[in-house]
Amino acid sequence: MSDQILSTTPKAAHTRRLPQVNPVYFILAALIVAIILNNPAFAEPAGYMNFLKRAAPLAILAAGQLYVIVSGGFDLSVGSLITLVVVGSSMLLNNDPNATWWVIPVMFGIGLAVGLINGLVVCYLKVPSLIATLGMMITLNGFAFMWSGGAPRGYLPDSFRYFGRVNIMDVPLIRMLPVALIVLITVGFVLNWLMHRTNLGRMIHAIGDNPRAAQLAGVPVNRVRIIAFVVSSLSAVVTGILLGGFAGVSTDVGTGYELQAITAAVLGGAQLLGGRGSVPAAIAGALTLTAIFTLLNFLSLPQPVRQVVQGLILIVAVALAMYRRKRTGQ
Amino acid sequence: MKKFLSHALAASMVLAASSATIAQNFNDPEEYARQLEQLSMAPNGPEGKPWVQYLVDKMADTAKYAKEGPHTVCFSNAGVNNPWRVVGFTNMTQEVALHPEIGKFVHVDAEGSDDKQIADIADLLASGNCDILIVSPNTTAALTPAVEAACKKLPVIVFDRGVQTDCPVTFIHPVGGYGFGIQGAQFIADNVKPGANVLMLRILPGVDVLETRYSAGRRILDNAGLNIVGAEFTDGDNAKTKSIVEDYLQRGSIDAVWMDAGATAVAAVEAFEDGGHDIPVFVGEDQQDFLQKWRALDMKAIAPTYPTYQWRTPIIAAVRILKGEAVPGPEWVLPQPAITQETLDTYINDKMPPLHYAMCGCQDMPNYPVAWGGVK
Amino acid sequence: MSDATVGQVPATRPRFHFDRWAPALLLMAAVAIYVAACVMTGQTQYLNWSNLLAVVGRSIALGITAIGQTFVILVASIDLSVASLISATAVLASVIMNGAPTMIVPAVAAALALGVTVGLVNGLIITRLDVNPLIATLGVSLVIQGCLSAFVSNFAGSVPPEFQFFAYGNLAGIPFAILFFFALAIAAFLVLRFTRFGSNIYAVGGNQDAAHFAGISTRKVIVITHVICSLCATLAGLYLASRLRSGAPWIGANGVYDLESIAVVVIGGTVLAGGRGGIWGTVAGVMIFSLIDSIFNVLGVDAFVKQVLRGAIIVAAVALYAARSRRIVG
Repeated sequence: MSDQILSTTPKAAHTRRLPQVNPVYFILAALIVAIILNNPAFAEPAGYMNFLKRAAPLAILAAGQLYVIVSGGFDLSVGSLITLVVVGSSMLLNNDPNATWWVIPVMFGIGLAVGLINGLVVCYLKVPSLIATLGMMITLNGFAFMWSGGAPRGYLPDSFRYFGRVNIMDVPLIRMLPVALIVLITVGFVLNWLMHRTNLGRMIHAIGDNPRAAQLAGVPVNRVRIIAFVVSSLSAVVTGILLGGFAGVSTDVGTGYELQAITAAVLGGAQLLGGRGSVPAAIAGALTLTAIFTLLNFLSLPQPVRQVVQGLILIVAVALAMYRRKRTGQ
Repeated sequence: MKKFLSHALAASMVLAASSATIAQNFNDPEEYARQLEQLSMAPNGPEGKPWVQYLVDKMADTAKYAKEGPHTVCFSNAGVNNPWRVVGFTNMTQEVALHPEIGKFVHVDAEGSDDKQIADIADLLASGNCDILIVSPNTTAALTPAVEAACKKLPVIVFDRGVQTDCPVTFIHPVGGYGFGIQGAQFIADNVKPGANVLMLRILPGVDVLETRYSAGRRILDNAGLNIVGAEFTDGDNAKTKSIVEDYLQRGSIDAVWMDAGATAVAAVEAFEDGGHDIPVFVGEDQQDFLQKWRALDMKAIAPTYPTYQWRTPIIAAVRILKGEAVPGPEWVLPQPAITQETLDTYINDKMPPLHYAMCGCQDMPNYPVAWGGVK
Repeated sequence: MSDATVGQVPATRPRFHFDRWAPALLLMAAVAIYVAACVMTGQTQYLNWSNLLAVVGRSIALGITAIGQTFVILVASIDLSVASLISATAVLASVIMNGAPTMIVPAVAAALALGVTVGLVNGLIITRLDVNPLIATLGVSLVIQGCLSAFVSNFAGSVPPEFQFFAYGNLAGIPFAILFFFALAIAAFLVLRFTRFGSNIYAVGGNQDAAHFAGISTRKVIVITHVICSLCATLAGLYLASRLRSGAPWIGANGVYDLESIAVVVIGGTVLAGGRGGIWGTVAGVMIFSLIDSIFNVLGVDAFVKQVLRGAIIVAAVALYAARSRRIVG
C-alpha cells in the first residue's frame, strides 16, 4: 500500500552510500591478518572455524538487535533472555535427550512472548524501550533464578548441545564445519532478506528514520515495531541455544551480551535511534568484536586493557561514522 | 591499526608496571604455613561431621548471651548470586528446621552490594527483633563498621569472609584460600614431569579468597619447576573459559590445568575433548558435573573444596551461644578436605543437579536430596 | 516539578496535571504499602523515627547520582559512566587520603577534578564528535573501568575517621548524609527553577534546534550538564568511600548505579526524551526505591522474587504516566 512512498527514502540513502564500502569489513580483514601474523595456526580450518563457531552466537544476536535499533529503540533484555533459555532448557530437559524436540519450540515460544511484551509495553504503554527492556532484563533474570531456585537443576543433553558444540568433520575443502556456522548462515540469510528485500524491512527503516512521517505514510507503526522486538527476542533464543550448546549450563551465560550486541551493531555502522543499519555489517561488527578479543587474547593483554580498547573503539567507530556522514552531506 | 596496537601495548605495559606498586598482600608466608599445617591436622569434635569439627582448640565463653527461647535468628546475607551460595543457603535453612529453639529466622539478602548490606544490617538493628545476628559479609573491609555497630547491641557470628574486627563472638571459616591453592597445585606437581606446561585459570582478580588460592598455587608450581604457560581470567564464564583453552591449545600442548574455582572446569575439559586432545591433569572443584566428567573420562584429577557445609555451622553456633554454651572462638576453623580418586565415588550422585556442590555435609539431612534440587 | 512547562507549549486550558503529581502519588502509595506491610506482619516497631531515617538513608549514593542524572536526562542526554566514575573516585580519594586527615582536602579536590574531567570528556564527545550519548558514555565507562582495574583490584587505601563523618556523622540528631542529600536536591532545584541556565536546560531538552535558533549555546549547556552529572557521581563516590571506609574498583558496578539512577529519574517523571521533569520527582523516585527495598525486607521476600517484582515495578511506574502520551517513544 504505502510501498511507493516508502521505498524512496531508503533507496536515496542507498545510492548515496553505494560507492563506499562499509569500513567495518576493512577493519575485520585487518584484524584477521593481524591474528594470522600473530598465530599462523589460525589460518588452519581448526583455527578459523573455531573462531566462527565462537562468534556465531553474538553475530546472530547482533543481527536481531539491529532490527530494534533500526526501528529506533534498544533491546536490553536479550542477555537475560539468553540466561533464561539456557537455565530453562536445563530445567525442562533434565538430561533427557528425547525432550530436545519439544523444549526448543517451548523456548521459541518464551522468546516470542518476551518480544511481544517488550513491543506492547513500548508501543501501547509508551514506556521508552530503554526502560521497558531494562525492566524486562531485571525481571527475566529474577525469573530464571526463581525457576531454577538459584542453580540449574538439569544437564543439557548432547542432542540439545548439537547446534552449539558439534563440528561436522571430514567436509571436503574445509575439513570441518561447525553446526553453529550453518545456523549463523541460515539465520543471517533470513534476517538479511527480511531487512533488505521485503516491505517489512523498508517499513522498519522508515519508522526509525522518522516515525511521524512513517505513520502519516500509513505504516502500521506499532505492529512493525512489535515485530522488530520479536525478531530480537527470537534471535536471543537462538543465541541461547548456541551458547548453552557451546559451553553447557551456567547461571550467568547471558550477562553483558546486550551491550556487546549493541556494540557489534554500532561497529557495523548502525545508527542508534534508528533509520540506518545493515544485517551483514552487523554480523561483520560481531566478528570484528570477537576478533579484537581473540587478538588481545593472543597478545596476552590483561583484561583491563581489553576494556579500554573496547571503549575507545566504540567511541571512535561512531565518531568516524558521524564524521563521514557529515562530509557526504545530509 | 598497527599504531593503535602499539599504543595499546604501551598502555598495557605502563598499567602493568604501575599495578605492581599498589598490590595487596595476598602472599603472606606466615598464613600460608599455618594453612599448610592445618590441612593435615586432626580435627577436634565428632567424627564424620566436619561442620561441627574445629581445628584450633580455643573456646569463646558465651555465658552472658544465654537467653530463654524461642529465639529470633537474623541473617544478613551477601547474596545468593552463585550456585555455591545457593547450596550453602539451602544447607542453612535446612539446619534451621532442625532446631525447635529457633522461633523465627529472618533472612535479608544484599544482592552482592556492600552499600545494601550495610543498610540491611542497620534495618535489622533498628527493628530490635533479633536475638543474634549472623553475617556473611560481601567484602571484608566495607562491612567492618556495620558489624562493629551490631556487636554493641547483640551477639554476632561472621562466616565465609571475615571482617577486620574481633568483636564477633566467632568467625567461622574453613582452612582458607592458601589451603585450596596448595591442594590442587601439589597434586599437579606430584603428577607431571618437571618442566611440564601448566595453564592457570582464574575467575577474576582482587577477590581475597581467590587471590590467596592463586598465590599458593603459583608458589608450589614455580617451586616444582613447572612451566606456567599462562594465567588467564575467565570471569567464571563457561564460553570464555572454553575459548581461552582452545586458543592455548592452538599454540601448544598443555599438561595440566590449575583452576582457582571449579565452576567452569567442565567447559575447560570440553575444550580438550572437542579438539581431540588428551585430557591433562586437572584441578576442579566439588561440583557434580565435574565429578561425573572426571569419572566418565577416567581423568587424573583432584577437587579441592571450599565446603558449603560451613553454612550449617553458624546456625549450630547461634543456638549454642543463646544457650550460653562455649563455642570455638574467636575463630572456628573448619576442616577443608579435597575429593580425590579414592573418595570420588562417595561424592558422585547422579540424582543431584550439575552445579550442586558435593561437599555439602547435607546427605543425611531430612529433606535430602529434594531441597537441594535433586530427585529421589 | 512546577517548572515542567518551561519550553513547552502551554496547555490550552488549566487542568489537573497528572504527570506533575504522579511521583508524589507513587511515593504516597509506596509509603502506604510499607505501613500496611509493617502492620499486617505485626512489625510495628519498624514504624519509628530511627527506622524512618534508616529508610531515607538507604539510598543516599543512588540519590546523589540520580540528581546529576536528572540534569543530563533533562537535556535529552544520558550518562552510563556514573557507575565506573563512582568506583574511580572512591578509590582515588581513599588512596590519596590513606588514613591521613590532612589529606582530606587534596583528596576531595582531586576527586572533584576527576569528575570535571570526565564530565567534560563525555560532553565534548557528545557535542563535538556527535556521538550518541549512550555510546559515548558507555565507551568512557569502559575506559574508566579498564584503567581503574589495571591499577587496583581490591579495596585500596583508607579514609581517616574524620572523613567518615560524611556517612556516619549526625547533625542535630539527623544523619549528615541525609542533610547533605537534601541540601544538594534543594540547590539543584534552585538552579533549575530560578536561573537562566536552568531554563536553558529545559529549552535545549524540549527542542534543541529551537533552542539553538533562540540563541542558546546548546553545546555549552549539554557539556555543563554532563559536568554536573559527573560531579554528582563524584560526590556519591566520596560518600561511598566514607561509608565503606575505603574504595574498591567494583563498588559502582555492584550498586548498578548507572541503570538504577536512570530508572529512578524516569520513575520520578523526567522524560528520557528531555525537556520535562524535575528534581523533586527524582527525590520521590529515590525514596520509592528505598521503600521498595524496605518493604521487601519487612515481608521477607525471596531474593529472586524481589528481582522479578523490581523489574515489573519500574516498567509499571513509568507506564503510569507515559501511557497517556500520544508521542511515539524511542
